[in-house]
Amino acid sequence: MFILLQTTTISLSAIGLPVLIIGALGLIFGLILAVASKVFAVEIDPRVEEIIEVLPGANCGACGQAGCAGYAEQIVNGGEAIDKCAPGGSDVVAQIAQIMGMEASSSDRKVAVIHCSSGGHENTNWKYQYEGVETCKAAANVAGGPNSCSWGCMGLNDCMRACIFDAISIDSNGMRLIDLEKCTGCGACVKACPRALIDLVPINRNVYIKCSSKDKGVEARQVCGSLHPCIGCGICAKKCPVDAISIQNNLASIDYEKCINCGLCASACPTKSILDLLVGTRKQAEINPEGCIGCTICAKVCPVQAISGELKKIHEVDKAKCIGCELCVPKCPKKVIEMV
Amino acid sequence: MGYLGEIFVMAMTAIFIQNFVLARFLGLCPYLGVSKKLDSAIGMGMAVIFVMTLASAITFLINKYLLIPYNIMYLQTIAFILTIASLVQFVEMVIQKNAPALYKSLGVFLPLITTNCAVLGVAILNTTAFRSDSVTPYNFLDSILNGFFSGVGFTVVLVAMAGLRMRMDKADLPKSMKGMPIALIIAGIMALAFYGFMGFQI
Repeated sequence: MFILLQTTTISLSAIGLPVLIIGALGLIFGLILAVASKVFAVEIDPRVEEIIEVLPGANCGACGQAGCAGYAEQIVNGGEAIDKCAPGGSDVVAQIAQIMGMEASSSDRKVAVIHCSSGGHENTNWKYQYEGVETCKAAANVAGGPNSCSWGCMGLNDCMRACIFDAISIDSNGMRLIDLEKCTGCGACVKACPRALIDLVPINRNVYIKCSSKDKGVEARQVCGSLHPCIGCGICAKKCPVDAISIQNNLASIDYEKCINCGLCASACPTKSILDLLVGTRKQAEINPEGCIGCTICAKVCPVQAISGELKKIHEVDKAKCIGCELCVPKCPKKVIEMV
Repeated sequence: MGYLGEIFVMAMTAIFIQNFVLARFLGLCPYLGVSKKLDSAIGMGMAVIFVMTLASAITFLINKYLLIPYNIMYLQTIAFILTIASLVQFVEMVIQKNAPALYKSLGVFLPLITTNCAVLGVAILNTTAFRSDSVTPYNFLDSILNGFFSGVGFTVVLVAMAGLRMRMDKADLPKSMKGMPIALIIAGIMALAFYGFMGFQI
């Protein structure tokens, strides 16, 4: 009986002491951590997580941050603008604005445009046959690139590989087509192109200069395989009713802040290097005589002086002059101008 | 041999001869997992040095004043893991609060090494290690230094591996060899190279 008792006490202490010590150790550490979590608590703004939820999660880097999480963090803590997410577009801006309790600034959706009309199998002049690593970056470094024009597209599709939204496809001639529906304007292709042929244009602007050559006119004509080089003649700049086109280094460029989409430049270009997506589809303005009060506002905004009429008399549109820019339509206080 | 010489021997042993990754094969998970980029490898290395040094200090005290007097050395593993995990958690909180910049560069890696076997390894090996005379066991300072140098050894190997792997990404490898397979081959060759240090007599 006595022996039995003794063994029980021994085994109890043999188990009890370690349990006690390890248990106490765990308890002490637990208490320290519990206290520490209160003392060293760092408040994480719940808005950051909400914004991460809203953002597309493509981590494309168009906003200038490393990824969507970084951008969300910067919006909340760094005072970053909320309209920098190109793939998300206006929907996301509105949602972020709601989370941040701000007014949504309108961010025009932009799409990528390639400013070159060469680069396919049949419309490119080649200097030599390039047989190396199949990327534009590599080809551009071999004797100034395989194509005669040292500004133009080499057709090795770096831009297509950079696009994570499958918005760039290739047609039968080997030309890259940008699907404006799929393009999110993230700018990945802009960075990928070693010749800087691509830039982002607001989606509601449909007139593009399809050349990036800074060569002098004669030279540009000689090397261009598509026969549509910009020769820097300046006719488009003179034709533009709103002075949106400027010529620098023998190359025209359109300021899309000013451009009114009228397409006059495209029809005036002697080398047809300006692409006008709206050609043939433009309507002309017509003033409904019944509503017109003769306020002259439309005549003042018309860039080509196609609207005439005296004060307080019914105005008329000269169909021969109207270029279909639609500037007058939203300005009419009575909303009686229609495009037909 | 003076104490400085002792430290030198300890450093050489921890970094090259008995390197934790390539000679003892501890901490292989971060060695292969975090060695894809040089930046993160350096961050991880710094975090490991930091945690190993701290863990060596605390576990030495736990061992000497708790486990040995009550004769419960067999609970060493549990006690040490408990200590290291709590310590890392605690340090993480302190850093997050007081040094956000350090937390950003180190913070992501800290939770990864709470139960890193290299950290537990250095804590346990410290309790059985002897100085170069093979008689004197490690004292408190020896343990801390050994922890520090072991962390440095881990970092050296991790950074070297990251450098090699970043170059391997650019190399024209067969498709089946890309990524982890070639990383394992590199690890094997590195271990063989470090095996050469074993013959050194200091």
